[in-house]
Amino acid sequence: MADETIKNDEVNRRQFFMKLGLGSLSIAAAGTAAFSYQYLEPNVLFEPSPVVNAGKPDRYPLDSVTLDVNSGIYIVHSQEGYFSLSAVCTHLGCLTAWKPELNMIACPCHGSKFEQSGKKIEGPAPKPLPWKRIWLNDDGDLLVDRSTDVQAQARDSFVRV
Amino acid sequence: MAKTVDQYLDDLRGTRVWRSIFRSGTGSSTLKRALAIQQNVFLHLFSTKVRTRMLSFSATWYLGTLTLGTFLILVATGIPLMFYYHPSVPQAYADTKDLQFVVSSGLFLRNLHRWSAHAMVFLVFAHMFKVFYRGAYRTPREFNWVIGVILLLMTLLLSYTGYLLPWDQLAYWAITVGSNIASAVPVMGEKIHFLLLGGNAVNANALLRFYVLHCMILPLAAMFFVAIHFWRIRKDGGLYSHDSEPAALRANVATDAAPAKEAQ
Repeated sequence: MADETIKNDEVNRRQFFMKLGLGSLSIAAAGTAAFSYQYLEPNVLFEPSPVVNAGKPDRYPLDSVTLDVNSGIYIVHSQEGYFSLSAVCTHLGCLTAWKPELNMIACPCHGSKFEQSGKKIEGPAPKPLPWKRIWLNDDGDLLVDRSTDVQAQARDSFVRV
Repeated sequence: MAKTVDQYLDDLRGTRVWRSIFRSGTGSSTLKRALAIQQNVFLHLFSTKVRTRMLSFSATWYLGTLTLGTFLILVATGIPLMFYYHPSVPQAYADTKDLQFVVSSGLFLRNLHRWSAHAMVFLVFAHMFKVFYRGAYRTPREFNWVIGVILLLMTLLLSYTGYLLPWDQLAYWAITVGSNIASAVPVMGEKIHFLLLGGNAVNANALLRFYVLHCMILPLAAMFFVAIHFWRIRKDGGLYSHDSEPAALRANVATDAAPAKEAQ
């Protein structure tokens, strides 16, 4: 009979096929996991465009804060010009509301309060309401890009008409 | 001479068809009764023998059993509700209203589903408090406590996913807030938020995902863990385990029992 003693670091035929089999199964399992993850992540979203047409600037009187409920933005007409503010609370995403009698923006969910410039007055919101990019198109309509934050109070964050 | 109902039942249990389904056969001997439990796929999850003391109300307040009861009611009422509910943005709210006002017994089924869901959350907590204060989580039943925590999580997730389905203001904003809490998870929070909703906001994809989670994935997962939970009660020594009593109490029982042994 042939010498069948095997050194510890050697692999016999059965172990080799076992490793090959388990290795292939592991790779297949990893591939399935990757495909499942990709499958669950939609490639096309049927969501509204981030760019919103807010209409003609003269719709918004001076010193007014106007909420567009459907798009979740404020159009503020201040002395410095028009600017746009996200109306989505930075705490947990509720839609805030402008309270003219208190002269502030308030969130109905957990009571966060903001100034008309978006600056935080009171939590639990961790951050101020972000400003959104606003510009005039060729027809003279105000457009707001909800996906682009701009610096608050910066000169080019306003639209002047 | 006329046969009694019991005799008819005994005859029935003796028939070949009955014996092919229930193998343990007739008779009330300890063996037959043990076999009746052990050979039934559902009952075999439970201990074949239980002390009558452990089946008294004071032992467990029946909280675990009652929780299972609410779960079964939720399955039994939830499936018929699915016949009239379309998980789509234009229809979900209208369907819920139809169930409330138009469908025969819809109001009853929906309210039963809703109240059972509330009761189930309450009972799960009550059951866990009872287990905690009674010390029933101690060795050898630590792992069943872990399964119990998973089942608590399942219960809460089932409640949460079901909350969106009426598609009213309360549902929409509750899920907006809840899913934003998920994005607070470090590193992968935004990813979880996106995968959970199937998008960036609570919308058609989110409604459908929550519907599938609520009606398929979570109930099946819950049943899976419930089966393990019951099986573990049996394997960890039944509803009462002397081993899980505190050492001082065990010592007391030992000294109480000792003289009786000497007297023999």
